[in-house]
Amino acid sequence: MWDLEIRGMASAHAIIASSMFMATVMPAVLVEKFSVYGTHMVWLYCVSGSVAVVNIAVFWLLGISPPTKKNTLSYKISRLFRSGLYFLLSCIFFHTVVVLYGAPLLESALETFSLAVLLSTLTTLRCLCILGPNVQAWIRVFSRDGLVQDLVAMSVWDTSLQITTGCSVMGAWLGAFPIPLDWDRPWQVWPVSCTLGATTGFLTGLLAAPVWIHWHRKQLTYKLK
Amino acid sequence: MRRLLLLVALIWVCSVFYVGIFLFVGGFLLVRLEVNRTSSCADVLSPGAQMKGDFCLSEPRFRRAVVLIIDALKADFTRYDPENTTPKPFENKLPVLNEMTSSQPSNARLYTFRADPPTTTMQRIKGFTTGSLPTFIDVGNNFASNAILEDNLVHQLGQVGKRVVFMGDDTWVSLFPKKFHKSLPFPSFNVKDLNTVDNGILQNIYPTMEGNDWDVLIAHFLGVDHCGHRFGPDHPAMAEKLSQMDGVIRSVIKRLKNDTLLVVMGDHGMTDTGDHGGESQKETDAALFLYSSSPLFSAPGSQEEPEVVPQTDLVPTLALLLGVPIPYSSVGQVLLPLFPQNGSRAALAGLSQAEALWINVKQVNRFLETYSNMAKDIPADSLSQLQADFSNISSHYLAAIHNGHLPSSELVISMQNYLTSVRETCRASWARFNPFKMAAGLIIVGISCILCYVLSEFSHVVLQEGLLKLPILSGVVVGLLVAAGQLFFQGYPETSWCFAAAAVTSVMFFLWGIHSAKCKRTPCDLFTPAMLVLFLRCASLLSDSYVIYEGHVVTFLLFTLGVFVPLRLNWDGLLLPPPAADTPKPHRLLPTVLPSSLVRRETTVLLIWLGQLVGSLYVSLSFHNCREEQGACQPSAFLSPLSRIQDSQLRNLHYVLSVLSLGMWGYLIHRWLRHYGNLNCSSVTVFLSCFLVPVTCVCIGLHWAVSATPEDTFRSLSELIGVAQVYIPRASFCLLALGLLLLWVDPMTVFLKSRTPLNSRGTSLPPPKYRASTGISPQAELHHLIPQLYQRIRHSLDDGGTESGEVDNRPAVEAYGLGTVYSAPLVQLCGLLGLVLLLLHPEGMALAFLLLLLEAGAVLHIHAGSTNLCSQQRHSNDFTVPWGPVVMWSLVASQFFHTTGHLPTFPSIQWSAAFVGFPQGHTGTLLPATLVTLNTFSSQIIFAVACPLLLFWPLVCEVRVTRSDRSSAESEDAVMEMRLRENPQKFSSGLLQLTARYLFVTGAQVFASVCAAAILRRHLMVWKVFAPKLMFEASGFIIGSGFMILGVAMVMRVDISVGRLFKKLLPQNSR
Repeated sequence: MWDLEIRGMASAHAIIASSMFMATVMPAVLVEKFSVYGTHMVWLYCVSGSVAVVNIAVFWLLGISPPTKKNTLSYKISRLFRSGLYFLLSCIFFHTVVVLYGAPLLESALETFSLAVLLSTLTTLRCLCILGPNVQAWIRVFSRDGLVQDLVAMSVWDTSLQITTGCSVMGAWLGAFPIPLDWDRPWQVWPVSCTLGATTGFLTGLLAAPVWIHWHRKQLTYKLK
Repeated sequence: MRRLLLLVALIWVCSVFYVGIFLFVGGFLLVRLEVNRTSSCADVLSPGAQMKGDFCLSEPRFRRAVVLIIDALKADFTRYDPENTTPKPFENKLPVLNEMTSSQPSNARLYTFRADPPTTTMQRIKGFTTGSLPTFIDVGNNFASNAILEDNLVHQLGQVGKRVVFMGDDTWVSLFPKKFHKSLPFPSFNVKDLNTVDNGILQNIYPTMEGNDWDVLIAHFLGVDHCGHRFGPDHPAMAEKLSQMDGVIRSVIKRLKNDTLLVVMGDHGMTDTGDHGGESQKETDAALFLYSSSPLFSAPGSQEEPEVVPQTDLVPTLALLLGVPIPYSSVGQVLLPLFPQNGSRAALAGLSQAEALWINVKQVNRFLETYSNMAKDIPADSLSQLQADFSNISSHYLAAIHNGHLPSSELVISMQNYLTSVRETCRASWARFNPFKMAAGLIIVGISCILCYVLSEFSHVVLQEGLLKLPILSGVVVGLLVAAGQLFFQGYPETSWCFAAAAVTSVMFFLWGIHSAKCKRTPCDLFTPAMLVLFLRCASLLSDSYVIYEGHVVTFLLFTLGVFVPLRLNWDGLLLPPPAADTPKPHRLLPTVLPSSLVRRETTVLLIWLGQLVGSLYVSLSFHNCREEQGACQPSAFLSPLSRIQDSQLRNLHYVLSVLSLGMWGYLIHRWLRHYGNLNCSSVTVFLSCFLVPVTCVCIGLHWAVSATPEDTFRSLSELIGVAQVYIPRASFCLLALGLLLLWVDPMTVFLKSRTPLNSRGTSLPPPKYRASTGISPQAELHHLIPQLYQRIRHSLDDGGTESGEVDNRPAVEAYGLGTVYSAPLVQLCGLLGLVLLLLHPEGMALAFLLLLLEAGAVLHIHAGSTNLCSQQRHSNDFTVPWGPVVMWSLVASQFFHTTGHLPTFPSIQWSAAFVGFPQGHTGTLLPATLVTLNTFSSQIIFAVACPLLLFWPLVCEVRVTRSDRSSAESEDAVMEMRLRENPQKFSSGLLQLTARYLFVTGAQVFASVCAAAILRRHLMVWKVFAPKLMFEASGFIIGSGFMILGVAMVMRVDISVGRLFKKLLPQNSR
């Protein structure tokens, strides 16, 4: 039972990671003059799109999302609408945070917003998939023992959400470090290093989550489904 | 006793730091020895070569010279571009130079004249009269220039009987006392005065030139430099000034005779903001124009022209042209185009190129020999190489002379190469380090960081068990022993090593004492995120890019730390109230003391303050100044003084903004004090806050208005304005000093009121008439106070009498403002200090200071809020300030160093601070140096003084649980800072811990920049980035730690007063 869950999660993570890989490789074949630095925006949206699609598909197929209380169509539509709204709000939130961190306000606003979209895809979208449009639950997930107290059942997915989200944000944060250096490399251009950092962090999180959960399975007291 | 012990401990730690810093700096910064020998006509440079002296061998080429020094005549100012139809104010304003060089190419030349850094006027005068290279350490002497003792041109001219007439900048008179035949000095200190010096010169220069009582005329114009300082180069006033100079040069040329040489030169350039002092090309590149009405140069193109003339080269050239000996320690090289080539000897009189170079080479060689005998600076291998070169040149030259034909052009080139390499060798070796001192300094600074950490971990043990006596005594003894030993063996003590030995011994004894005390350690908290941030900050000091963008780096890190606080609280489950109680809590019961509504409120407050922090961080980025390395960066508009803004509407807007923020600064502090009831007493504080501070604010506002008035608009009032510029700031200084003094004399802010027996039981409000009878506070004020500030002093001095049951038995006393008795004076102290420092800044910085206040408040409240929220989990009674807020506090201090327009570079020092209240300049060095230091390190000063607030603030903002049932009176009473009074031991150990942590955090940054300077001492950027950064970081630490001790002393002072107050109360109570 237990191992099954971990194995399932690991394979889901593998699918997501491979989709990111494909999103990098495929355009290189299809689009002319594609390069990660040169046509950075194309790459960024490819990755965001593929991660979004694969995430939604995986979580929908696996049925991880919390069961809806009502099964009416209108409720479903309102849920979908709320999810979309939350996603947009999280994009704006990330954009604001990035600007406050020192990104230029007006020039290259599009790049900044794209970074925000990528970050939202890597973090908020997973929250939406796993926890549904429920901000209270999101906040609770990111506390050490909030999971147990909460009504939402604690599962390996919640832990993996913690890890991947933390890693993505940390990666983007670390990605800002090389920007002031005077090396004149193409990846120091805003926001390349940050997006690269965020994706690398996300990949690390995808890899680390199953390993970490497997390692700590004794200490973790999950409510089994 | 424990108070004294605390202060002694802090002073001891700081002095260990200081010893380390001074050792390192002593080994890192370079000193050049002055050679106090002079050349003379009778000198025979190489023995046996010639019979008579070398220098005065032949007839001088010129009998007279006119030297016009136009201060800050940048190379760009002298270029003339006829195609430029829309010249900027500083372009194309000196057409005379271009006309002369193009119409009379054999009579005139214009060169770029490159100064050596530091590009300050006094250093430059020193440089182009002695011909030597200045060293890094000379920078600070600009205020009281001492007489030049080294051999120099002015001295040499006087020796051969030339009548040197000087007029202009009075710096010259102090540099060359009694050397001039006639001198007409004019005051140079008033940077705002564009005309006094220049007009003085203009009145005298033409009569002097037409008269016959002179041989060398030196005129030093200051207008261009002052115009740059005041308005920047890009200002109509600069155009006016340069056109005036154009006229001067024209009229001087008209009056020149054939035997006279005209030299027009700038001593240094200026940056785009009109400042100078550094080593950027804009500052070093000045202009040099040479003219004579008799042909001076060979036709253009006939020989190689130097592109750039180093400033030192003027000295030997002028000396040989005027027929005086080259000054002894000159390392310059004669300017060859001014001497006839070997072949054309017949055409012109005087020395030929080869002869001039030969004399020059011999003189430089003599200096090199003397210097290498005196000091062992110059590395032996390059010295021997130079010697070999010299003997080679010498033999070739003498052979050529002996054979009777002219020296070959190869020889000329090899002589030039020799002179250049001597110059480069000197330059390199006067940048040499003392590795032992550097290593020792590095180690001691490192040890002191460890010491601070240990002190903060074991603060309670240190204060209780008196572990300090032995280390300090042993340190003193060892230091004296080493001094005695050195005196015995060497004959003289080397103070730095004595101090080093003392410091190391005392630290070792202390660590040993701690080790043997065997107290249990608290769990290691060295790997917290706050420490990670500190580590990143220190690591960033090792990279030049990060130092250049330091302001942004610090803001980034601060933002991270700030955002981390709620994330961390949420991770610990403390940010939100625990969910409804119907869920079972199987794992553990939190010792929650706070009801969920309170938690919610605290969380909201915390997030609001976080928003304020983040907002002010973002806004603060717009106040930064720019380094020259930053490229496309515009300095903040608020940095330029109001008088520089030409648009009058913009100026008024800036003025109104500044005055508003000044008012807000005063109001916020007043409001805070009133809120906590500190303004109810009839003591000094009320006087300070209600009278002195507003009056000072008005004074400062007036001062800004006066100094911002354009000079031309109120001509009739100019005298009044002059008087106001002197006396208004001085009055503000005096008022603020009075305020600080009064605050020290009487820091108590408590208003006591004996309770009537009727009221002693209940906690209800006193009747309104009672309030009125106190006659101090208006009604509205008390509405704030009543819920929080009435408190009873339940405990007597007997200790232990804090049980709530005893309250009724004792006559209780009510006290306003007792809850903030410690923090109120500190807040006031910071408020007053802030006003002093603000006065020294440009007007626009008032906004930055307001931001500083808001941000400091935000940090304090975030700290208090998170402490309150954490108190759900652990209810500790010892006053420990975690690392997070301390690191934040120190980062905010360095952030505001940048936000107040400072940079860790020498050109960015705001020298104008020295003239606030002293527009006429100073006579001494101490006062201006103090003012500039205060200005530069104002942020470090304020935050260091306010450091103990980190300890008090959680107590001030403590959550009071108001239960609906009101079961116990205990929970309702505000105790606030009286907790400290109840626990004096923990109070002082907490304070020691906090200050030791702050010292650790700032000390670690000093350590990092010391490491950077030591490791990267051969880095390309060391003199541009790392050395200035080290100097600023170290001086900031020294100033900051001094003021931190002052802050702690203030707290101790308050503690003594509180003790007295309680003693006074005790007999009252028992009566």
